[in-house]
Amino acid sequence: MNDTIAAISTSLGVGAISIIRVSGDESIKIVNNIFKGKNLNFVDSHTINYGYIVDNDKIIDEVLVSIMRAPKTFTKENVVEINCHGGIATTKKILELLLLNGCRLAEPGEFTKRAFLNGRIDLLEAEAISDLINAKSDKSRNLAINQLSGNTSNMIKNLRQKILEILANIEVNIDYPEYEDIEVITNEMILPKTKEIETDIKNILEKSENGQIIKEGIKTIIIGKPNVGKSSLLNNLLEEDKAIVTDIAGTTRDIVEGQILIDGILLNLIDTAGIRKTNDIVEQIGVKKSYDLINQANLIIYMLNNNEEITDEDIEILEQIKNKNHIIIINKIDLENKLSIEKITNKEHLIYMNITNNIGIDKLKEEIKKMFNLDLIEQDDYNFLTNSRSISLLKECLKLIQNVYSGIENNLPIDMIEIDIKKIWNLLGEIIGETYQDELINQLFSQFCLGK
Amino acid sequence: MVYMNYDVIVVGGGHAGCEAALACSRKNHKTLLITGNIKNIADMPCNPSIGGSAKGIVVREIDALGGEMGINADKSHIQIKMLNNTKGPAVQALRCQADKITYPKNMKETLNNQKNLDIKESLVEDLIIEDNKIKGVILENNEKILSKAVILTTGTYLKADIMVGDTRRREGPHGERPSQHLSDNLKKLGFKIIRLKTGTPQRIDKNSIDFSKTKIEYGDNYYHTFSFDTKPLYKIEEQVPCHLIYTTPLTHKIIKENLHKSSMYGGLNDITGVGPRYCPSIEDKIVRFADKERHQLFLEPESLYYDDIYLQGFSTSMPYDIQEQMVHSLPGLENAKILKYAYAIEYDAIDALQLKPSLETKIIENLYTAGQINGTSGYEEAACQGLIAGINASLKLEGKEQLILKRNEAYIGVLIDDLITKGVRDPYRLLTSRAEYRLLLRHDNADLRLRKIGYEIGLIDENRYKKLLQKEKEINDLTNKLKENKITPKEEINEYLIKINSTPIKDGITLYDLLKRPEITMNNIKEFIDIDYSDEVLEQVEINIKYEGYIKKANREVEKMLDLENKKIPSDIDYDKIHNLASEARQKLKEVKPISIGQALRISGVNPVDISILMIYLKKEYNYEHK
Repeated sequence: MNDTIAAISTSLGVGAISIIRVSGDESIKIVNNIFKGKNLNFVDSHTINYGYIVDNDKIIDEVLVSIMRAPKTFTKENVVEINCHGGIATTKKILELLLLNGCRLAEPGEFTKRAFLNGRIDLLEAEAISDLINAKSDKSRNLAINQLSGNTSNMIKNLRQKILEILANIEVNIDYPEYEDIEVITNEMILPKTKEIETDIKNILEKSENGQIIKEGIKTIIIGKPNVGKSSLLNNLLEEDKAIVTDIAGTTRDIVEGQILIDGILLNLIDTAGIRKTNDIVEQIGVKKSYDLINQANLIIYMLNNNEEITDEDIEILEQIKNKNHIIIINKIDLENKLSIEKITNKEHLIYMNITNNIGIDKLKEEIKKMFNLDLIEQDDYNFLTNSRSISLLKECLKLIQNVYSGIENNLPIDMIEIDIKKIWNLLGEIIGETYQDELINQLFSQFCLGK
Repeated sequence: MVYMNYDVIVVGGGHAGCEAALACSRKNHKTLLITGNIKNIADMPCNPSIGGSAKGIVVREIDALGGEMGINADKSHIQIKMLNNTKGPAVQALRCQADKITYPKNMKETLNNQKNLDIKESLVEDLIIEDNKIKGVILENNEKILSKAVILTTGTYLKADIMVGDTRRREGPHGERPSQHLSDNLKKLGFKIIRLKTGTPQRIDKNSIDFSKTKIEYGDNYYHTFSFDTKPLYKIEEQVPCHLIYTTPLTHKIIKENLHKSSMYGGLNDITGVGPRYCPSIEDKIVRFADKERHQLFLEPESLYYDDIYLQGFSTSMPYDIQEQMVHSLPGLENAKILKYAYAIEYDAIDALQLKPSLETKIIENLYTAGQINGTSGYEEAACQGLIAGINASLKLEGKEQLILKRNEAYIGVLIDDLITKGVRDPYRLLTSRAEYRLLLRHDNADLRLRKIGYEIGLIDENRYKKLLQKEKEINDLTNKLKENKITPKEEINEYLIKINSTPIKDGITLYDLLKRPEITMNNIKEFIDIDYSDEVLEQVEINIKYEGYIKKANREVEKMLDLENKKIPSDIDYDKIHNLASEARQKLKEVKPISIGQALRISGVNPVDISILMIYLKKEYNYEHK
């Protein structure tokens, strides 16, 4: 028997109501002990019941109590939710009463853990719930909800089904070598099928990277020489979007100078040793260190001054960032042009700006949206994974696909190549927490007519 | 002479019984084999072949461990070929057409000449048990014979029913008497009895077939043997071919119109047995795969000594008159004379979940079961279980540890683990797809995998073991030689490489690395170095080098598996005390009583989530190391 856990599931504070959730075999009995109203032990499941929470005979609060009996509940256990009248003191008092009557205080995430362990949700969904709780923007909330509804699991399941069909066909050729009327799968036939799977996985991965951006935000650094306008840009972005300026360690490992939302996407502006204070990161920490920062960022905004000639150092850094997501800003276009534009080789993401007069800011935001396919994400296509465990499994699949290709190229026997294909199938199974061999045997017999 | 007191009694003289009896008597235990009819010892009541995909590898494993099937097949076949010879080494397997007269005759001879082995003709109807330990058997005439261990290898003879059309007769193959009470008595002891079903096709008079309308299928034109010790005893040119034909639209029409007359489709309404998925009746195939225009059938000769041709793929339980129409609708068989009609057979088996990995029953000590009684199908599947049951019954009497082959060691290990972990719903056939590590479980390395075990058990003699050690040494020598010898980019060397469609070399390269190239074979290597080794050694080294990467990968997977296999589950565990286990998982775990986390994970109905819960429980309650 599982012990019964309780926790306050709304954030403590000023809200109009607070909810205390209780889960476990004894949850109804325990709540009934401190409830004045109907006898909760006898009410129907999934009903809301009006009454009072009492401490002996003293009324603590007027409440609505939802009774949900196992198994059709979030944790598959008996669940009770007490809706009470907000307020830290009252809510805490009710929780205290529950603990006194036999509940244990739930550990963080324990409700989700129970839902997972009781088979109510799969691993991906469990991860999604934790994402949902931690969601920072609307988009990341939608993403988590989508994952929760099993869309992502289905996508992986479809991919596995495709692979399973190939595997079953190869296996049947091996186990029934003399069956001439069963198509014999050759390496040449595997090739396009593998390409298809590779494309699918790459698509998921590409979107997943965006998914991570939705979840974590775009790690952005602004660099450039002194007086080029970095702090003006930062202040402009931050003020205009009323961003939360924090100076504590954020959810990412970096010190975030400030966060802004661009159409629902979080932009994490990383404090490159305090660009607002010292003005010159390159000078202060040296070129090499700034390269390290560049390597960690999702987006680099490099700023130049229209009124000054471009230097060798600028060119060197531009060369360094050419393969990363970067935007070059030429600021102060209201001043005389002294910058030789022809020295910049890659002008694909180049924006002219006059921050003081707010010229070019919108264009910068457009560019960022374009660069991270944010429009694409907006089409509510949430078929991607957002946790690093799944993403790294998918990346391993891509490596294995390369093995498949080299096997085909070297004309290895198909049963060797199949080893890698089977491994891919297993890894995908790991993502959604199901990998077993029997599936293959069943597929074999349902798909082919065999008999010997 | 039949004594009244034995070390081991083997009940049944089929392929499982023969191996079990030989293993026990060869290990110097006084053994009695009891069979319903001595004439039918090592009989092949169904297809006339030994080996095949996966099964051929099992035959070699039997041979490596010191069993008889491989040697006997080598003495008795009329055709042999290597299946999948265009595919990789991992999936190649031998199959022979065994002569249905010669094979049993040779096996009987071996049994008759075996020291410590008596044979008795009778039916066993009950077991003598004291304190949940087997003490002997009771025959149909109430005669009691005592023994320390009993191995049941009763095949399809437990309450066997032969079914044709709307008739059901209580008899075994060849009209033999089945055992009427043994399965009921097993049930009384607490065994769960399941009912299974299988079938066999018609036998056709060879002289009535027009072979000009068939496609001929020859044996291989190079020599093979199943056994690692025998020389080929046949001549390539004297092999007998098989023939291939297809069903016609008329065949399908006849079957569809008469479907209700088939025992399985309404002819009989009391059928409970579950038929094999891999060996469906022809009516099953036509119903389940309605869009298929034709089905393949093989005409296989049963023996050099009589004219029966086995019509492989045409098993049915239609009444005789419909079978006549069906057979005559086949190309070349328009005027065929049916010598034996096809039939379906239903029989009792025990639920293999009640067995230990040693094939000893969990309920009765020293009682072992092997073969179709455990829910398998196929001669090879039966024989290998018989061998293991024989070995383990003997080891038990000797007070030694039981032999349990792991899934990475042998197909035999895969088979037994599947049986005792998953149980069966339909008769179990071994398939290569059931083996996760088949690259390691090759037909060519069965001796390297298992012969040492056979030697330690005492079924492989000193001479045969020395041969293995010599082979291992030569493999090592040759491998080292190839690692030590380099070729340099000389003109003549590069010219040769270009000639054989390989890429010229720029730097020196060892022969070992050169052989890794897909297009280079051991024969090419011989151009650069004098190597004088047997074909087996050359083959072994070539496979090891060529597929080194894949073999390493497989070994890594094995390590992962063994890791889980080594996480033992205490035998006193009480699954009712573990919260949160899904009820299906709880029930399955209680039933199977897995010995390790690895085995638990393979139980169908036990999900990865249940395993995490189990691990958490073990960690808490048993101070279990969770890596």
